[in-house]
Amino acid sequence: MAKSQKSQKSSQSFWTNFVLIFICAMWMIPILGILITSFRPSEEIFRNGWWNVFPHKEDLEIDRYTFPEGVNLDGPITYGGRTATFQEWQRGVQLEDGAKGTWYGNKRTRTIIITGNEWVGFATNLTLKNYKDVLTGKTISYKNAQGQTITRTGNNLSGAFLNSLAVTIPGTIIPILIAAFAAFGFAWLEFPGRNLVFTIIVALLVVPLQIALVPILRDYVKLQLNGTFLGIWLAHTGFGLPLATYLLFNYISTIPRELLESAYIDGASNFTIFTNLILPLSVPALASFAIFQFLWLWNDYLVALVFLGEKNQTVTIAVAQLVGEKGQDWHLMTAAAFVSMILPLVVFLSLQRYFVRGLMAGSVKG
Amino acid sequence: MNISQTNSPGANNPIAKVIAWFGTTLGQLFISVLIPALTFLVLWQGYIFLQRAAAPQIVQVLVAIVWGVGGVALLFTVTNWLVVKLPTKIARKLQPFVFVGPAVVIMGWFLAVPVVRSLIASFRNYLGTAWVGLENYKFAFTDPRMLETFRNNLLWLVFGTFFSVAFGLLIATLADRSKAEVLYKSIIFTPYALSFVGAGVIWKFIYTYKGTGVGIREIGLLNAVVTALGGTPQPWLNLTPWNNFFLIVIMVWLQTGYAMVILSSAIKGVPAELLEAARIDGANEFKIFFSIIIPYIKGTLLTVTTTIIIFSLKTFDIVRVMTGGNNGTNVIANEFYLQSFTYNHAGRASAIAIILLLLVTPVIINNIRSFNQQRRGF
Repeated sequence: MAKSQKSQKSSQSFWTNFVLIFICAMWMIPILGILITSFRPSEEIFRNGWWNVFPHKEDLEIDRYTFPEGVNLDGPITYGGRTATFQEWQRGVQLEDGAKGTWYGNKRTRTIIITGNEWVGFATNLTLKNYKDVLTGKTISYKNAQGQTITRTGNNLSGAFLNSLAVTIPGTIIPILIAAFAAFGFAWLEFPGRNLVFTIIVALLVVPLQIALVPILRDYVKLQLNGTFLGIWLAHTGFGLPLATYLLFNYISTIPRELLESAYIDGASNFTIFTNLILPLSVPALASFAIFQFLWLWNDYLVALVFLGEKNQTVTIAVAQLVGEKGQDWHLMTAAAFVSMILPLVVFLSLQRYFVRGLMAGSVKG
Repeated sequence: MNISQTNSPGANNPIAKVIAWFGTTLGQLFISVLIPALTFLVLWQGYIFLQRAAAPQIVQVLVAIVWGVGGVALLFTVTNWLVVKLPTKIARKLQPFVFVGPAVVIMGWFLAVPVVRSLIASFRNYLGTAWVGLENYKFAFTDPRMLETFRNNLLWLVFGTFFSVAFGLLIATLADRSKAEVLYKSIIFTPYALSFVGAGVIWKFIYTYKGTGVGIREIGLLNAVVTALGGTPQPWLNLTPWNNFFLIVIMVWLQTGYAMVILSSAIKGVPAELLEAARIDGANEFKIFFSIIIPYIKGTLLTVTTTIIIFSLKTFDIVRVMTGGNNGTNVIANEFYLQSFTYNHAGRASAIAIILLLLVTPVIINNIRSFNQQRRGF
């Protein structure tokens, strides 16, 4: 009885792991595909799929045989110890020595290609050229699907990368700073209209930002903020503030009352209490939101597209542009996609714990 | 005031006299104007520098970061410094506004007021110069383009949400029973960190199609698998209406991790005694899952579903990058983008934005209600 339960348990655990490994493979293969492709030479990418870099058996051409003019090819054809009809040869025939003979093209070629099934993929040549090409803004050249050499300007992803940093770093810190001040005000200071204003902030949490794009763009054109970093920081601040204020309010309002009261008794001002007490105590909440906002900004496409556009383009815009313009330059697209992913992946994988915490608290964001 | 007292012994010294003068009320006033003026000047110069964009990019970016972050900190400090200078009674009344003011003003400008402005614009013509009544809403609810977007968003909402939550729940439940839980969960969660644009490249490559002919070897994974199984390769993203589902797969790939993380922590909250008691009573794992775990995490399940539904309503990037909304894949947010920035029809765009807002209104009301319940004593 105990034994059967145990074996039942281990078979359960086997199936659990089996299903999980299967799903995880499904989830990872897409990323693996572009990671490998981004390191392959352009002409190879067009020749065959990325999975060909792994050792596998493939039919390789060993030899060709052309029947002399005199040989009659109308009836059954004999080669390599095998006799077969033309149709059979077209499909491929196993020869006596184990190799495979396949007719090349139509009958008039009079040619059979002899292929052997051999292991390949041990000496795969990988390259960093795609990354170099996509990062630079200078002229690059590469071979396309037809083997022609293409010369054009690189996509300057290194510049886009810098722009993305210029958007995300202040775009993350500014709303956090402003939200922390506001959260402290809402949690600990008395003023008329406090309840109403905070209710409105809760309502704003899921308001789709589409609602703001047209009016704000109109303001930006008047203020000449269109295409500037200042403009996009303000926009990201505006769109991120409700969640930031809400999260930090929830956190700051749980700080024990006695702690603040004793500081007030010691004669500290609101401002000193905020900078010396509240801010240091709120670091975990600040960090959670910072990671959240950072990823959101780095991956943002719509806001950057509307307010920055071609000027000061971010990585998402540069990658999207590459996809739109050159549908078949997979070597560039995959490398560019990877460049755009590397920073969020590092941040995400190293700070996942904080991120999850922020995610839990902020699962209401729209 | 303090300064003038401490400096009075050296009053015969001209420099000390100047310092003493600074201590007087007039001097205070002077400083109160000078420092904000200086702050403004520094920030303004930074703004001009950034707007001109003449320096090398790296310098610009560094200046941008220092200027942006430092500027905000400086503004808060200077405003507070000014308010504190006022008589205590007024200062106490004003100080809360120093703290909440900037946030409220910015949120008002960027979210609250635009709701009203978009509402007004939705009743006006494409330039916003004349009233057109319900014309834009008539377009939004009757035009075949719009009806297509509604249908597609419904597909996204139903299938995208269902599969994200279902996979998330499945993985969270299974991983809970596995030793390698953290590893599995990290792998499933990873796509959540990627941009939709990046995910677009990944999946476009999977769906890529080379055409049919002698000797053509498909480089897209899906077509290679189909060929290996004896099928014919397809241009997946052009196959209306199935292409919608190929796009929804991307959303599921991205959002499952989110659902899994939240649901996983809810599942861990199910009391172990409850599960143990059920097992002793002879309930099998399926029964435990459906009659104990599911009812227990119902609230979380609802939150996750709501969040993903909101996401599915606003889906834009994936469609924009993959198909541009062509071949019957258009969605509401993409039509909004086209109306506002390609066709420059502010009226129609605003009407679409208002419709999006109306679609999430139940969630807004629910959020407010639960927030008010949460803090009765606020």
